[in-house]
Amino acid sequence: MKKKSTEILVGIFVLVGLICIAYMTIKLGRLDIIESDSYTVIAKFESISGIKKGANVEIAGILVGRVTKTYLDMEDQVAVIEMSIGNEVKLGDDVIASVKSTGLIGDRYINLTPGGSEDFLQNGDSITETEASVDLMELISKYAFGAVE
Amino acid sequence: MTFIHSTLGHLGRGTITTVRELGRVAIFSCHATLLIFTYPLKLRRIVEHLYFIGVKSVLVVSLTAFFTGMVLGLQGYYTLSKFGSEGLLGSAVALSLIRELGPVLTALMVTGRAGSSIAANIGAMRISEQIDALDTMDINPTKFLVAPRIAAAIISLPFLTAIFDLVGIFGGYISGVIMLGVNPGIFFSGIETSVGFNDIFGGLVKPLFFGFVIASISCYRGFNCNHLKPGVKGSEAVSLATTSSVVIISVIVLVLDYILTAFLI
Repeated sequence: MKKKSTEILVGIFVLVGLICIAYMTIKLGRLDIIESDSYTVIAKFESISGIKKGANVEIAGILVGRVTKTYLDMEDQVAVIEMSIGNEVKLGDDVIASVKSTGLIGDRYINLTPGGSEDFLQNGDSITETEASVDLMELISKYAFGAVE
Repeated sequence: MTFIHSTLGHLGRGTITTVRELGRVAIFSCHATLLIFTYPLKLRRIVEHLYFIGVKSVLVVSLTAFFTGMVLGLQGYYTLSKFGSEGLLGSAVALSLIRELGPVLTALMVTGRAGSSIAANIGAMRISEQIDALDTMDINPTKFLVAPRIAAAIISLPFLTAIFDLVGIFGGYISGVIMLGVNPGIFFSGIETSVGFNDIFGGLVKPLFFGFVIASISCYRGFNCNHLKPGVKGSEAVSLATTSSVVIISVIVLVLDYILTAFLI
Protein backbone atom coordinates (compact mmCIF):
# COMPACT_ATOMS: atom_id res chain seq x y z
CA MET A 1 0.00 0.00 0.00
CA LYS A 2 2.84 2.32 0.96
CA LYS A 3 4.64 1.68 -2.31
CA LYS A 4 1.49 2.35 -4.32
CA SER A 5 0.90 5.76 -2.77
CA THR A 6 4.53 6.72 -3.40
CA GLU A 7 4.14 5.85 -7.06
CA ILE A 8 0.89 7.78 -7.34
CA LEU A 9 2.49 10.87 -5.76
CA VAL A 10 5.48 10.64 -8.11
CA GLY A 11 3.06 10.28 -11.01
CA ILE A 12 1.19 13.41 -9.93
CA PHE A 13 4.50 15.27 -9.52
CA VAL A 14 5.73 14.35 -12.99
CA LEU A 15 2.35 15.18 -14.51
CA VAL A 16 2.22 18.60 -12.84
CA GLY A 17 5.81 19.29 -13.92
CA LEU A 18 5.04 18.31 -17.51
CA ILE A 19 1.94 20.51 -17.53
CA CYS A 20 3.98 23.46 -16.23
CA ILE A 21 6.69 22.93 -18.88
CA ALA A 22 4.12 22.52 -21.64
CA TYR A 23 2.23 25.61 -20.54
CA MET A 24 5.41 27.67 -20.47
CA THR A 25 6.73 26.54 -23.84
CA ILE A 26 3.45 26.78 -25.72
CA LYS A 27 1.69 29.70 -24.07
CA LEU A 28 4.60 31.87 -22.96
CA GLY A 29 7.33 30.73 -25.34
CA ARG A 30 5.10 31.07 -28.41
CA LEU A 31 6.31 27.77 -29.77
CA ASP A 32 4.27 27.74 -32.95
CA ILE A 33 3.25 24.13 -33.29
CA ILE A 34 1.50 24.72 -36.57
CA GLU A 35 4.08 26.66 -38.52
CA SER A 36 2.95 25.86 -42.03
CA ASP A 37 -0.29 27.82 -42.40
CA SER A 38 1.40 31.09 -43.22
CA TYR A 39 3.06 32.65 -46.24
CA THR A 40 6.15 34.79 -46.58
CA VAL A 41 6.40 38.22 -48.15
CA ILE A 42 9.45 40.46 -48.34
CA ALA A 43 9.75 44.22 -48.14
CA LYS A 44 12.68 46.56 -48.77
CA PHE A 45 13.21 49.52 -46.47
CA GLU A 46 15.58 52.47 -46.46
CA SER A 47 16.08 51.82 -42.75
CA ILE A 48 14.61 49.27 -40.36
CA SER A 49 16.50 50.46 -37.31
CA GLY A 50 15.04 48.75 -34.23
CA ILE A 51 13.31 45.89 -36.05
CA LYS A 52 14.58 42.48 -35.07
CA LYS A 53 13.74 38.93 -35.94
CA GLY A 54 10.47 38.07 -34.23
CA ALA A 55 9.10 41.62 -34.30
CA ASN A 56 5.33 41.90 -34.71
CA VAL A 57 3.58 42.62 -37.99
CA GLU A 58 0.27 44.36 -37.41
CA ILE A 59 -2.69 45.61 -39.39
CA ALA A 60 -4.77 48.24 -37.59
CA GLY A 61 -3.17 47.16 -34.31
CA ILE A 62 -4.01 43.47 -34.74
CA LEU A 63 -1.14 40.99 -34.81
CA VAL A 64 -1.13 39.19 -38.17
CA GLY A 65 2.42 37.90 -38.46
CA ARG A 66 6.07 38.10 -37.45
CA VAL A 67 9.35 39.22 -38.96
CA THR A 68 11.30 36.05 -39.72
CA LYS A 69 14.53 37.42 -41.20
CA THR A 70 16.32 40.71 -41.73
CA TYR A 71 19.30 41.24 -43.99
CA LEU A 72 21.09 43.82 -46.10
CA ASP A 73 20.64 43.93 -49.85
CA MET A 74 24.15 44.87 -51.00
CA GLU A 75 23.05 45.74 -54.55
CA ASP A 76 20.52 48.41 -53.67
CA GLN A 77 21.98 49.25 -50.24
CA VAL A 78 18.64 48.75 -48.56
CA ALA A 79 17.42 46.64 -45.66
CA VAL A 80 15.23 43.67 -46.52
CA ILE A 81 12.87 41.94 -44.14
CA GLU A 82 11.04 38.70 -44.57
CA MET A 83 7.77 38.32 -42.70
CA SER A 84 5.43 35.40 -42.35
CA ILE A 85 1.77 36.34 -42.51
CA GLY A 86 -1.08 34.05 -41.49
CA ASN A 87 -2.90 32.46 -44.42
CA GLU A 88 -6.23 33.92 -43.36
CA VAL A 89 -4.89 37.45 -43.97
CA LYS A 90 -5.03 38.52 -47.63
CA LEU A 91 -2.81 41.44 -48.63
CA GLY A 92 -3.47 43.49 -51.78
CA ASP A 93 -0.39 44.28 -53.83
CA ASP A 94 -0.68 48.00 -53.01
CA VAL A 95 -0.30 47.45 -49.24
CA ILE A 96 1.99 49.96 -47.48
CA ALA A 97 4.50 48.63 -44.93
CA SER A 98 5.89 51.06 -42.38
CA VAL A 99 8.14 50.80 -39.32
CA LYS A 100 6.34 52.08 -36.23
CA SER A 101 7.08 52.03 -32.55
CA THR A 102 4.89 51.72 -29.48
CA GLY A 103 5.53 54.90 -27.53
CA LEU A 104 8.81 56.76 -27.31
CA ILE A 105 11.01 53.93 -26.04
CA GLY A 106 8.71 51.06 -26.96
CA ASP A 107 9.28 48.09 -29.22
CA ARG A 108 9.42 48.60 -32.99
CA TYR A 109 6.95 46.77 -35.21
CA ILE A 110 5.84 46.66 -38.83
CA ASN A 111 2.49 48.23 -39.60
CA LEU A 112 0.69 47.24 -42.78
CA THR A 113 -1.85 49.64 -44.24
CA PRO A 114 -4.11 47.78 -46.68
CA GLY A 115 -4.87 49.33 -50.05
CA GLY A 116 -7.80 48.76 -52.39
CA SER A 117 -6.23 46.40 -54.91
CA GLU A 118 -7.97 43.19 -55.89
CA ASP A 119 -4.67 41.39 -56.68
CA PHE A 120 -3.38 39.56 -53.62
CA LEU A 121 0.26 38.97 -52.71
CA GLN A 122 1.42 35.36 -53.02
CA ASN A 123 4.14 33.50 -51.11
CA GLY A 124 7.51 35.14 -51.84
CA ASP A 125 6.11 38.35 -53.34
CA SER A 126 7.48 41.68 -52.23
CA ILE A 127 5.75 44.76 -50.88
CA THR A 128 6.72 47.75 -53.00
CA GLU A 129 5.39 50.62 -50.89
CA THR A 130 7.44 51.03 -47.72
CA GLU A 131 8.05 53.76 -45.16
CA ALA A 132 11.33 53.73 -43.24
CA SER A 133 11.51 54.13 -39.48
CA VAL A 134 11.47 57.67 -38.16
CA ASP A 135 14.70 58.57 -36.42
CA LEU A 136 13.56 60.69 -33.54
CA MET A 137 17.05 61.99 -32.77
CA GLU A 138 17.44 63.14 -36.37
CA LEU A 139 14.15 64.99 -36.22
CA ILE A 140 15.16 66.73 -33.02
CA SER A 141 18.55 67.73 -34.39
CA LYS A 142 16.91 69.04 -37.55
CA TYR A 143 14.63 71.14 -35.39
CA ALA A 144 17.43 72.34 -33.11
CA PHE A 145 20.18 73.01 -35.64
CA GLY A 146 18.29 73.34 -38.92
CA ALA A 147 18.33 70.80 -41.72
CA VAL A 148 21.33 70.44 -43.99
CA GLU A 149 20.16 71.62 -47.41
CA MET B 1 66.06 27.69 1.87
CA THR B 2 64.05 25.26 3.95
CA PHE B 3 61.26 27.85 4.09
CA ILE B 4 61.06 28.00 0.29
CA HIS B 5 61.15 24.21 0.15
CA SER B 6 58.33 23.80 2.59
CA THR B 7 56.18 26.52 0.96
CA LEU B 8 56.60 25.04 -2.52
CA GLY B 9 55.97 21.60 -1.12
CA HIS B 10 52.77 22.79 0.52
CA LEU B 11 51.56 24.41 -2.71
CA GLY B 12 52.37 21.34 -4.76
CA ARG B 13 50.71 19.01 -2.30
CA GLY B 14 47.58 21.15 -2.26
CA THR B 15 47.40 21.21 -6.05
CA ILE B 16 47.89 17.49 -6.39
CA THR B 17 45.24 16.77 -3.76
CA THR B 18 42.74 19.09 -5.49
CA VAL B 19 43.33 17.66 -8.94
CA ARG B 20 43.14 14.12 -7.61
CA GLU B 21 39.88 14.92 -5.84
CA LEU B 22 38.41 16.47 -9.00
CA GLY B 23 39.40 13.41 -10.99
CA ARG B 24 37.85 11.11 -8.42
CA VAL B 25 34.57 13.04 -8.44
CA ALA B 26 34.50 12.97 -12.24
CA ILE B 27 35.17 9.24 -12.46
CA PHE B 28 32.72 8.50 -9.66
CA SER B 29 29.88 10.50 -11.19
CA CYS B 30 30.47 9.35 -14.78
CA HIS B 31 30.61 5.75 -13.60
CA ALA B 32 27.40 6.17 -11.64
CA THR B 33 25.67 7.88 -14.58
CA LEU B 34 26.59 5.03 -16.90
CA LEU B 35 25.31 2.53 -14.34
CA ILE B 36 21.84 4.12 -14.61
CA PHE B 37 21.49 2.59 -18.05
CA THR B 38 22.95 -0.86 -17.36
CA TYR B 39 20.78 -3.90 -16.87
CA PRO B 40 18.86 -4.40 -14.60
CA LEU B 41 17.29 -0.96 -14.76
CA LYS B 42 16.36 -0.02 -11.21
CA LEU B 43 13.20 1.87 -12.16
CA ARG B 44 11.49 1.17 -8.86
CA ARG B 45 14.40 2.71 -6.94
CA ILE B 46 14.43 5.72 -9.25
CA VAL B 47 10.74 6.24 -8.47
CA GLU B 48 11.46 6.03 -4.74
CA HIS B 49 14.11 8.74 -5.03
CA LEU B 50 11.89 10.81 -7.32
CA TYR B 51 9.42 10.79 -4.44
CA PHE B 52 12.09 11.90 -2.01
CA ILE B 53 13.91 14.48 -4.15
CA GLY B 54 11.00 15.66 -6.29
CA VAL B 55 7.65 15.29 -4.57
CA LYS B 56 8.83 16.19 -1.09
CA SER B 57 10.53 19.36 -2.43
CA VAL B 58 7.40 20.71 -4.11
CA LEU B 59 6.11 22.46 -1.00
CA VAL B 60 9.33 24.23 -0.06
CA VAL B 61 10.04 25.13 -3.70
CA SER B 62 6.55 26.56 -4.19
CA LEU B 63 6.78 28.55 -0.99
CA THR B 64 10.15 30.03 -1.98
CA ALA B 65 8.85 30.73 -5.48
CA PHE B 66 5.73 32.45 -4.25
CA PHE B 67 7.58 34.90 -2.04
CA THR B 68 10.37 35.44 -4.57
CA GLY B 69 7.75 36.35 -7.16
CA MET B 70 5.97 38.62 -4.69
CA VAL B 71 9.12 40.51 -3.78
CA LEU B 72 10.09 40.81 -7.46
CA GLY B 73 6.70 42.33 -8.16
CA LEU B 74 7.09 44.75 -5.28
CA GLN B 75 10.67 45.81 -6.06
CA GLY B 76 10.04 45.93 -9.79
CA TYR B 77 6.97 48.08 -9.31
CA TYR B 78 8.76 50.72 -7.26
CA THR B 79 11.71 50.85 -9.67
CA LEU B 80 9.62 50.86 -12.85
CA SER B 81 7.08 53.37 -11.56
CA LYS B 82 9.88 55.95 -11.40
CA PHE B 83 9.93 55.81 -15.19
CA GLY B 84 6.19 55.44 -15.57
CA SER B 85 6.63 52.03 -17.14
CA GLU B 86 4.77 49.76 -14.73
CA GLY B 87 3.52 47.99 -17.85
CA LEU B 88 6.88 46.22 -18.06
CA LEU B 89 6.40 44.62 -14.63
CA GLY B 90 5.06 41.36 -16.06
CA SER B 91 7.98 40.83 -18.38
CA ALA B 92 10.52 41.87 -15.72
CA VAL B 93 9.13 39.36 -13.22
CA ALA B 94 8.69 36.55 -15.75
CA LEU B 95 12.07 36.95 -17.44
CA SER B 96 14.09 37.16 -14.25
CA LEU B 97 12.27 34.12 -12.86
CA ILE B 98 12.48 31.97 -15.97
CA ARG B 99 16.03 32.82 -16.93
CA GLU B 100 17.84 32.98 -13.61
CA LEU B 101 16.01 32.84 -10.32
CA GLY B 102 13.92 29.76 -11.08
CA PRO B 103 16.77 27.38 -11.93
CA VAL B 104 19.19 28.70 -9.31
CA LEU B 105 16.86 29.03 -6.34
CA THR B 106 15.28 25.66 -7.05
CA ALA B 107 18.72 24.08 -7.16
CA LEU B 108 19.71 25.77 -3.89
CA MET B 109 16.50 24.68 -2.14
CA VAL B 110 16.91 21.11 -3.36
CA THR B 111 20.54 21.18 -2.24
CA GLY B 112 19.51 22.22 1.24
CA ARG B 113 16.68 19.74 1.49
CA ALA B 114 17.71 16.70 -0.52
CA GLY B 115 21.48 17.12 -1.08
CA SER B 116 22.26 17.28 2.63
CA SER B 117 20.13 14.27 3.41
CA ILE B 118 21.65 12.23 0.58
CA ALA B 119 25.13 12.93 1.93
CA ALA B 120 24.09 12.11 5.51
CA ASN B 121 22.22 8.98 4.46
CA ILE B 122 25.04 7.49 2.40
CA GLY B 123 27.63 8.66 4.93
CA ALA B 124 25.79 6.85 7.72
CA MET B 125 25.68 3.73 5.57
CA ARG B 126 29.41 4.02 5.06
CA ILE B 127 30.34 4.37 8.73
CA SER B 128 27.98 1.58 9.77
CA GLU B 129 29.66 -0.58 7.11
CA GLN B 130 26.43 -1.20 5.22
CA ILE B 131 28.17 -0.26 1.96
CA ASP B 132 30.84 -2.87 2.65
CA ALA B 133 28.05 -5.34 3.37
CA LEU B 134 26.53 -4.60 -0.04
CA ASP B 135 29.91 -5.20 -1.61
CA THR B 136 30.22 -8.49 0.22
CA MET B 137 26.84 -9.58 -1.12
CA ASP B 138 28.07 -8.80 -4.64
CA ILE B 139 25.68 -5.86 -5.01
CA ASN B 140 27.39 -2.91 -6.68
CA PRO B 141 26.87 -0.10 -4.13
CA THR B 142 27.28 2.60 -6.79
CA LYS B 143 24.58 1.01 -8.92
CA PHE B 144 22.34 0.40 -5.93
CA LEU B 145 22.75 3.70 -4.04
CA VAL B 146 24.16 6.38 -6.30
CA ALA B 147 22.80 5.79 -9.81
CA PRO B 148 19.08 6.01 -8.92
CA ARG B 149 19.67 9.20 -6.96
CA ILE B 150 21.46 10.87 -9.87
CA ALA B 151 18.71 9.81 -12.28
CA ALA B 152 15.99 11.04 -9.94
CA ALA B 153 17.71 14.39 -9.41
CA ILE B 154 18.21 14.97 -13.14
CA ILE B 155 14.57 14.11 -13.82
CA SER B 156 13.01 16.07 -10.98
CA LEU B 157 14.94 19.36 -11.16
CA PRO B 158 13.43 20.61 -14.46
CA PHE B 159 9.94 19.83 -13.19
CA LEU B 160 10.58 21.62 -9.91
CA THR B 161 11.99 24.59 -11.85
CA ALA B 162 8.89 24.75 -14.05
CA ILE B 163 6.70 24.72 -10.94
CA PHE B 164 8.93 27.42 -9.41
CA ASP B 165 8.60 29.65 -12.48
CA LEU B 166 4.82 29.47 -12.67
CA VAL B 167 4.25 29.85 -8.93
CA GLY B 168 6.70 32.77 -8.94
CA ILE B 169 4.83 34.51 -11.75
CA PHE B 170 1.64 33.96 -9.77
CA GLY B 171 3.34 35.59 -6.76
CA GLY B 172 4.34 38.54 -8.92
CA TYR B 173 0.74 38.76 -10.10
CA ILE B 174 -0.51 38.84 -6.50
CA SER B 175 1.80 41.66 -5.44
CA GLY B 176 1.89 43.61 -8.70
CA VAL B 177 -1.67 43.35 -9.96
CA ILE B 178 -3.81 42.66 -6.93
CA MET B 179 -1.91 44.66 -4.31
CA LEU B 180 -0.38 47.48 -6.36
CA GLY B 181 -2.94 47.80 -9.12
CA VAL B 182 -1.02 47.14 -12.34
CA ASN B 183 -3.45 46.34 -15.15
CA PRO B 184 -3.74 42.52 -15.37
CA GLY B 185 -4.07 42.50 -19.15
CA ILE B 186 -0.89 44.51 -19.55
CA PHE B 187 0.86 42.31 -16.99
CA PHE B 188 0.11 39.09 -18.87
CA SER B 189 0.52 40.45 -22.40
CA GLY B 190 3.93 41.81 -21.30
CA ILE B 191 4.88 38.28 -20.23
CA GLU B 192 3.63 36.75 -23.47
CA THR B 193 5.38 39.20 -25.76
CA SER B 194 8.73 39.27 -23.97
CA VAL B 195 9.32 35.62 -23.02
CA GLY B 196 10.74 33.72 -25.97
CA PHE B 197 11.29 30.04 -26.54
CA ASN B 198 15.03 30.50 -25.98
CA ASP B 199 14.43 31.86 -22.48
CA ILE B 200 12.37 28.84 -21.50
CA PHE B 201 14.72 26.38 -23.18
CA GLY B 202 17.72 27.88 -21.35
CA GLY B 203 15.76 27.90 -18.11
CA LEU B 204 15.00 24.20 -18.42
CA VAL B 205 18.45 23.02 -19.59
CA LYS B 206 20.24 24.50 -16.57
CA PRO B 207 18.33 22.37 -14.01
CA LEU B 208 19.49 19.19 -15.75
CA PHE B 209 23.10 20.11 -14.99
CA PHE B 210 22.23 21.31 -11.49
CA GLY B 211 20.46 18.04 -10.73
CA PHE B 212 23.48 16.07 -11.84
CA VAL B 213 25.82 18.20 -9.72
CA ILE B 214 23.61 18.02 -6.61
CA ALA B 215 23.20 14.26 -6.66
CA SER B 216 26.71 13.28 -7.74
CA ILE B 217 28.59 15.51 -5.31
CA SER B 218 26.43 14.76 -2.29
CA CYS B 219 26.67 11.04 -3.07
CA TYR B 220 30.42 11.29 -3.51
CA ARG B 221 30.94 13.12 -0.24
CA GLY B 222 28.77 10.67 1.64
CA PHE B 223 30.28 7.65 -0.08
CA ASN B 224 33.82 8.70 0.80
CA CYS B 225 33.11 10.40 4.13
CA ASN B 226 35.86 8.41 5.87
CA HIS B 227 38.53 9.90 3.60
CA LEU B 228 37.44 13.53 3.44
CA LYS B 229 39.84 14.72 6.11
CA PRO B 230 42.64 12.73 7.68
CA GLY B 231 41.74 11.63 11.17
CA VAL B 232 38.03 12.42 10.91
CA LYS B 233 36.03 9.22 11.27
CA GLY B 234 32.62 8.04 12.35
CA SER B 235 29.75 10.41 13.08
CA GLU B 236 32.03 13.41 12.77
CA ALA B 237 32.83 12.35 9.20
CA VAL B 238 29.11 12.18 8.39
CA SER B 239 28.49 15.68 9.66
CA LEU B 240 31.53 16.94 7.73
CA ALA B 241 30.28 15.27 4.55
CA THR B 242 26.85 16.83 4.99
CA THR B 243 27.95 20.42 5.57
CA SER B 244 30.77 20.37 3.06
CA SER B 245 28.58 18.93 0.31
CA VAL B 246 25.93 21.62 0.82
CA VAL B 247 28.54 24.38 0.71
CA ILE B 248 30.38 22.94 -2.29
CA ILE B 249 27.21 22.28 -4.28
CA SER B 250 25.85 25.78 -3.62
CA VAL B 251 29.07 27.37 -4.86
CA ILE B 252 29.27 25.08 -7.90
CA VAL B 253 25.61 25.78 -8.79
CA LEU B 254 26.26 29.52 -8.84
CA VAL B 255 29.50 29.23 -10.82
CA LEU B 256 27.97 26.72 -13.24
CA ASP B 257 24.98 29.02 -13.67
CA TYR B 258 27.26 31.78 -14.92
CA ILE B 259 29.09 29.44 -17.29
CA LEU B 260 25.88 27.93 -18.66
CA THR B 261 24.33 31.37 -19.15
CA ALA B 262 27.40 32.50 -21.07
CA PHE B 263 27.09 29.46 -23.33
CA LEU B 264 23.33 29.57 -23.79
CA ILE B 265 23.03 33.23 -24.75
